[in-house]
Amino acid sequence: MSQLLQIENLHAEVAGKEILKGLDLAVNAGEVHAIMGPNGAGKSTLSKVLAGAEDYVVTAGTIRYQGRDLAALSAEQRAAHGIFMGFQYPVEIPGVSNMMFLKAALNAQRKERGEPELDAGDFLAWVRHRVKQMKMDPAMLSRGVNQGFSGGEKKRNEILQMLVLEPRLMVLDETDSGLDIDALKIVADGINAMRSPERATILVTHYQRLLDHVQPDVVHVLAAGRIVKSGGPELARELEEKGYGWLQQAA
Amino acid sequence: MAANPSDIPVPAEGIEALVQNRKYAAGFVTDVESERIAPGLSEDVVRLISAKKQEPEWLLEFRLKAFRRWLSMREPHWAHVEHPRIDFQAITYWSAPKSMANRPKSLDEVDPKLIETYNKLGIPLKEQEMLAGVQNVAVDVVFDSVSVATTFKQKLADAGVIFCPISEAVREHPELVKKYLGSVVPFGDNYYAALNSAVFSDGSFVFVPKGVRCPMELSTYFRINERNTGQFERTLIICEDDAQVSYLEGCTAPQRDENQLHAAVVELVALDRAEIKYSTVQNWYPGDENGVGGIYNFVTKRGDCRGRASKISWTQVETGSAITWKYPSCILRGDDSVGEFYSVALTHHRQQADTGTKMIHLGRNTKSTIVSKGISAGHGQQAYRGLVRVLEKAEGARNHTQCDSLLIGDQCGAHTFPYTEIRNPTAIIEHEATTSKIADDQLFYCRARGIGEEDAVSMIVNGFCKDVFKELPMEFAVEAQKLLQVSLEGAVG
Repeated sequence: MSQLLQIENLHAEVAGKEILKGLDLAVNAGEVHAIMGPNGAGKSTLSKVLAGAEDYVVTAGTIRYQGRDLAALSAEQRAAHGIFMGFQYPVEIPGVSNMMFLKAALNAQRKERGEPELDAGDFLAWVRHRVKQMKMDPAMLSRGVNQGFSGGEKKRNEILQMLVLEPRLMVLDETDSGLDIDALKIVADGINAMRSPERATILVTHYQRLLDHVQPDVVHVLAAGRIVKSGGPELARELEEKGYGWLQQAA
Repeated sequence: MAANPSDIPVPAEGIEALVQNRKYAAGFVTDVESERIAPGLSEDVVRLISAKKQEPEWLLEFRLKAFRRWLSMREPHWAHVEHPRIDFQAITYWSAPKSMANRPKSLDEVDPKLIETYNKLGIPLKEQEMLAGVQNVAVDVVFDSVSVATTFKQKLADAGVIFCPISEAVREHPELVKKYLGSVVPFGDNYYAALNSAVFSDGSFVFVPKGVRCPMELSTYFRINERNTGQFERTLIICEDDAQVSYLEGCTAPQRDENQLHAAVVELVALDRAEIKYSTVQNWYPGDENGVGGIYNFVTKRGDCRGRASKISWTQVETGSAITWKYPSCILRGDDSVGEFYSVALTHHRQQADTGTKMIHLGRNTKSTIVSKGISAGHGQQAYRGLVRVLEKAEGARNHTQCDSLLIGDQCGAHTFPYTEIRNPTAIIEHEATTSKIADDQLFYCRARGIGEEDAVSMIVNGFCKDVFKELPMEFAVEAQKLLQVSLEGAVG
């Protein structure tokens, strides 16, 4: 199995406050990793740093993705190279239709990769196929990006974007929060549909319930800016029972 | 009227200049020999303009009355804009390419340099070239003070539509011009309208007779070329009972270091059940990023819904000009008449705009809709100024106003000045206003999906303007989107 992502001794701060304090993580292609941990541990910071948010500053350590140093790539270049971040709070862009947004995103990525852009017909066929897969109403394609969407619709829309853009490394930041059980299943189906030997997924989550539908290969506990414990799927169940207190003391 | 250009650092040559030129693609100068009168304004100049146009006595009288009124008026200072005093004696009030002196009979006789100018601006004047494209638009082009050419005149005439330069209308259809000129915007309406009435040069005249739906879009393209020359165009559009027309207007000017004045008057008259749709894409030279140069665009546009159930709709996309002062308005005189105003105004760098509309409800069950989208970037300053007035007899009048501002960066400003005057208790008036910024999280969201920053800004702005763009004819909507994108270059980061 080839290593897709390798993070070593990562330190990162936001607004002058250090959040990640020497984080190590290695993810192989084909794997699903779950990252759990108490509030304020740095889970969202890790997602944002991977996606290339500029207000999150890496002060030490390295992130290698497909063997190259991620620091050299802008957020949009990272997207084109296959890093996808599912937002915890997807943003509304009024007046810009979902369809237009997705087409602009896909074609910008293709262009950056030196691939030909998709024409309107091909794109439409592709996106409709994915909409069906996500059991979404095709009418949402002509609505503004996340405009007036419920919390669950926004999360489903994130997964739709992921299916359309076909990334290599998926970092899903609490995609399961705010979902009812039916929506959770649909989101899980979307994530499972993307599992393949070339791809990897990092699920940032608070709860076991998503992991009932998406079986992780590795579970990590992130506390106080570092990975303090890693294990198999059973670790998630243990956390569900015992909480994080015992680990934080150990850290 | 120049803002002491010597005090302001000259921009570096080379790549800087190149980038600037790219930003304002219409900024070139056409090298034609022009006949122009000496700068300055007096009764003699007014008489000279009228004589050059071989106008009838009544029109000269109209001009002189306007000029005398103008002398007694003061420049308005209530708008939320700042500029040095305008020296009206430093402006040239008449300039025309020499080749136009003999009034070319057809396009073949027009100076190729002029045709080339419009080709460069993307406005082909040869009818066969236009037909080859997707457009079905008749064009009148006005270069400085004269109309250069009008296309598809014959086809329009077959339908009974008159579309010609207003100076030609004065000669060929004096009774129509005499009846309607100044009937919507009186010669003494305001300072700049009075000035225009005194010295107006050319512009378009449209007359659509009873029951005729104009078979194609009509369009006028205004170009200021000469230095220190003002453009004072006059447009008059009349739709008789049950007639309909859609009219488009575009404007550009060369890039120059001094300010130039454009003071137009546009009058629309809609009789019973007539509909006039008037769209503008205004791209006058905006000045550079330090505020040097650019057009002062001081314009009076007003439509009179004179007939029952008539409709006048204004759509404007204002991206150019150093200063814009413009309030396309509707007088809803006929019962059940409808007025609409859809506006996108963008101010970047040091541009200033004070724009909006007036909806005057006189008739019963009259309706008006106002949708204004203001975008400010750089040091741009923008004001929406709108008046909704409902008079005693306007039983059941309705207005809906939506006024949104979008700020890019923290050096720009957006201001809203809504005025409402209601004299009939049955009126229903709604006003919604929002101010938002392009948020960092919106930009990051786009970038995290692979969309670069400038494309993201342009996409967000286009989304913001969608309600207005959908009112524009298709080709104009595409042009407007491109224009916004170019105008916003460098607005972020």
